Amino acid sequence: MTRRPSPVVVGLAIVAAAFLLLPLTGLVSRAPWSGAARELGRPEFRTALRLSLICSLGATAISLVLGVPLAMLLARHRFPGRRLLRGLVLLPMVLPPVVGGVALLTALGRRGIAGGLLHRAGIALPFTTAGAVVAGAFVALPFMVVTVEAGLRSLDARLDDAAATLGAGRWQTFRRVTLPLLAPSLWAGGALTWARALGEFGATITFAGNAPGRTRTLPIEVYLALESRPEEAILLSVLLLGVSLAVLLSLRGRWLGLP
Amino acid sequence: MRTRFAVAVTCAVIASCTSAHLSDGARVRVFAAASLTDAFNELGRSSPVGVEFTFAGTPALLGQLRDGAPADVLATADEENMRKAIDGGLVTGATVLARNRLAIVVPAGNPAHVTGVADLARPGLKVALWAPEVPAGRYARQMLERAQVAVTPVTEEANVKAVVSKASLGEIDAGVVYVTDVKAAGAAVTEVGIPDAVNVMASYEVAMVASSKNKERATAFISFARGEVGRRVLADNGFDVVT
Repeated sequence: MTRRPSPVVVGLAIVAAAFLLLPLTGLVSRAPWSGAARELGRPEFRTALRLSLICSLGATAISLVLGVPLAMLLARHRFPGRRLLRGLVLLPMVLPPVVGGVALLTALGRRGIAGGLLHRAGIALPFTTAGAVVAGAFVALPFMVVTVEAGLRSLDARLDDAAATLGAGRWQTFRRVTLPLLAPSLWAGGALTWARALGEFGATITFAGNAPGRTRTLPIEVYLALESRPEEAILLSVLLLGVSLAVLLSLRGRWLGLP
Repeated sequence: MRTRFAVAVTCAVIASCTSAHLSDGARVRVFAAASLTDAFNELGRSSPVGVEFTFAGTPALLGQLRDGAPADVLATADEENMRKAIDGGLVTGATVLARNRLAIVVPAGNPAHVTGVADLARPGLKVALWAPEVPAGRYARQMLERAQVAVTPVTEEANVKAVVSKASLGEIDAGVVYVTDVKAAGAAVTEVGIPDAVNVMASYEVAMVASSKNKERATAFISFARGEVGRRVLADNGFDVVT
């Protein structure tokens, strides 16, 4: 604000920006725009898009319901194993998604440690849309927990205490005080979670497989198209890129509390 | 201190350049179809020239070659893609290396009691196929057409090895794969044969990459792979070797 940035900083920042921008420019420049309308009208594309929206929104919903309580516990309470739990939450972020998919198979597959019970109860997750939602939730949940936990930490916990002394119950305090203050973090966490789930590929194809109309989401469609119709793969990639970029721009740095 | 550091860095850079240059010149870079993974890795251990393998689906390898990836030898899992590579001026002098047959893979012990191709149409049976986009997926569909069996797969895998993996984890009841994949997976899976009358033969072809700067050694590797040792290794891995 007060001083001009050093030329070294500016130079390296320009290199960084170019490094991020160049591959995207490559995609956009190679996309066969003339055939775009026809490609995007193909039923396979529309099916994959619909499925991608269902799976990513489903994963976001699960992350909201399960991730917010976990974030509250981590942000506001001290208990043994808290550090371990926080590390655990971050694990899906650093794990190769394919490994996540294998892990899900060994846990929730019909021969998995918990999947056997599900299987006997008539619930099958592998190779189903529900399985694709679960795979997305597994890799995207950390984004929700981390964002909401950071949001909670920046809130003044004494406001909750004040509400309590004024006679508000736990649920009322949460709904009328915590939740409204937390809204920006929830939006940011939701958007990041959704964007991550939308781009999810490795865990999905490993755990839920690839069945048109059930688990073949847009990223899997891109991967398959690359095998035989590279032009189409580029076009689909550009579309996915556009959607993700729109979401991230709409956040305007909100999750970091930036202006 | 500073100078010493600079000298050390310079030495390291020069050393890494030279060693990279040497290995580039010495090693034959082979782009091979994913289903050749085990056989070629074994072959590489007794090869007279140093080799470096890149395994992927055949169409992906072709795409990489088109984009200028440095390679000396291309081995495809089908004739069609090799023809594309020749037409595109990417490779020269293609010859048949081996053939591969299809088989049904089931989890060890065959819990769903799959006895043949016709069983794959059984309602409720979880069957995995390859996606039609990869050569192997086309072969599997040709076979099912010949056998007049209509299969609704629970998943269409894009990676040749993924079908066998899912069978060995017990998450599918059956899958159509290459004989060689079943062999490579060992005791975790069981093979159910497909009769020759309906089976489809995949033809593996090998060729020299046109832009190779290591043609002499590349030729040596191709001759080795097609020679006595190469044929034995390929046969051990379940391939039908051309005589």
